[in-house]
Amino acid sequence: MQIYADNAATTKMSQIAIDAMMPYMQGIFGNPSSLHSVGQEAAEALSEARAAVAASLGCEPREIYFTSGGSEADNQAIVSAAANGAKKGKKHIISTAFEHHAVLHTLKKLEKQGFEVTLLDVHQSGLITAAEVAAAIREDTCLVTVMYANNEIGTILPIAEIGAMCREKGVVFHTDAVQAAGHLHINVAEQNIDMLSLSAHKFHGPKGVGALYCRKGIILSNIIEGGAQERGKRGGTENIPAIMGMAAALSEACANADANAAKLSKMRDRLIDGLLKIEHSVLNGDRTNRLPGNVNMCFEGIEGESLLLMLDMHGVCASSGSACTSGSLDPSHVLLAIGRPHEVAHGSLRLSLSEYNTEEEVDAIISAVTEVVQYLRNMSPVWRDLKEGRKPHVI
Amino acid sequence: MLYSEKVMDHFKNPRNVGYIEDADGVGEVGNAKCGDIMKIYLKIENDIIVDVKFETFGCGSAIASSSMATEMIKGKSVSDALELTNKAVVEALDGLPPAKVHCSVLAEEAVKKALKDYYDKNGIEYDHSLFPDCGNCEHCHG
Repeated sequence: MQIYADNAATTKMSQIAIDAMMPYMQGIFGNPSSLHSVGQEAAEALSEARAAVAASLGCEPREIYFTSGGSEADNQAIVSAAANGAKKGKKHIISTAFEHHAVLHTLKKLEKQGFEVTLLDVHQSGLITAAEVAAAIREDTCLVTVMYANNEIGTILPIAEIGAMCREKGVVFHTDAVQAAGHLHINVAEQNIDMLSLSAHKFHGPKGVGALYCRKGIILSNIIEGGAQERGKRGGTENIPAIMGMAAALSEACANADANAAKLSKMRDRLIDGLLKIEHSVLNGDRTNRLPGNVNMCFEGIEGESLLLMLDMHGVCASSGSACTSGSLDPSHVLLAIGRPHEVAHGSLRLSLSEYNTEEEVDAIISAVTEVVQYLRNMSPVWRDLKEGRKPHVI
Repeated sequence: MLYSEKVMDHFKNPRNVGYIEDADGVGEVGNAKCGDIMKIYLKIENDIIVDVKFETFGCGSAIASSSMATEMIKGKSVSDALELTNKAVVEALDGLPPAKVHCSVLAEEAVKKALKDYYDKNGIEYDHSLFPDCGNCEHCHG
């Protein structure tokens, strides 16, 4: 038996998305830039996909730019808003400490180019308020970029409030909605979002494709120079099969979002309650303002990579924010941002469910994690020190 | 696969896990902040390591490295055990990914620290240059 509980990393493609892609890999292979009928057939499909994505976000089709994924969309949104700001002498950007690296690393690069970046503290809850963003806005602020929902701890940020406040103050607002699209309600007009990034493979679409919504009137800078594709803002022949798969997956996910959220949040709560029975464990991130499928816990006295390998042996696919899994010496910047000490952050576990998971699987996960945590604690010198009182428990 | 079959075998079925209440030598290296701690317990009789146990907080390769190191020194004389190198541990494990080599360094250092503890406890003279401290490893200090 294998239980896939790493849907924040990527999801299994839906049959609807696969079916939507197939004709464009088999019969309809044209280049949408070609003027002949074969090309125009592809061009028609492309515009249908654009309309479908726009309808899911509540914007106009011409405000949708197809990209290679969420990272490219984040890069292009931020670099563009920065360039627009610089033209007016505005070189201050506001973001949060726990953004995805596609955002943080782009901001780092801009800092080297003379921009000033304020990263807001996300507190132990993993949340910020619109008032905190408002307080950070200055005369020279050209962009606020705040993620819709965090990819590790699943907290949902008050995007509509931040959007309304930014609109009132005349500051461009971008949100990285990679974890939210297809799962949470999005309407860029109602929520006053100027730019939004999404990625297809997080909602049962294909990998290597995403979209950037950019409100008309905001000038985009190219990341990829080339032909006239995407209104000249993103060169390269469009990946039609992937775009068709994304459009179909997004429409399907949005149509089922409420039903999926109801089912998932029930399973998520059962999973959290089950795992909190393990002594010296803690849930990371606010429990209420949370993605319906996200569970993220720390277990004291153990390390995350060995936890993941052991869980894999028990048939459970999960993820961790330990240094060994992050590829650096430091554990997850998200867990550090919410104030978990290094030694606790190393023992983190993220389980992210999708509507394909079942209650039975949740129960199997609870028993596997409980068993593995105990097993690893039994061989941990840190755990012995904690149990024998040589070190104080942190959680 | 990230790890060799040998590493996975020692990770899945670690040898000599546990602790020795009245150990003749104990060595602990690493720190929790960096994500790995190894502790080795030795029982030594007539200059021979008659029993060895380990406890490890760390990733798969840290657990496998400690398991392999304990296997390599069990039944050996103290002076033979002192010759254990991290390179020998890596070879015995059929290799470690480059980012994980520090785990084998920790294993070597934990063994040496336990042996030094044995020498210190028993007032045995030794060459101090045999025992470089963990501060040399690039993992936490690089």
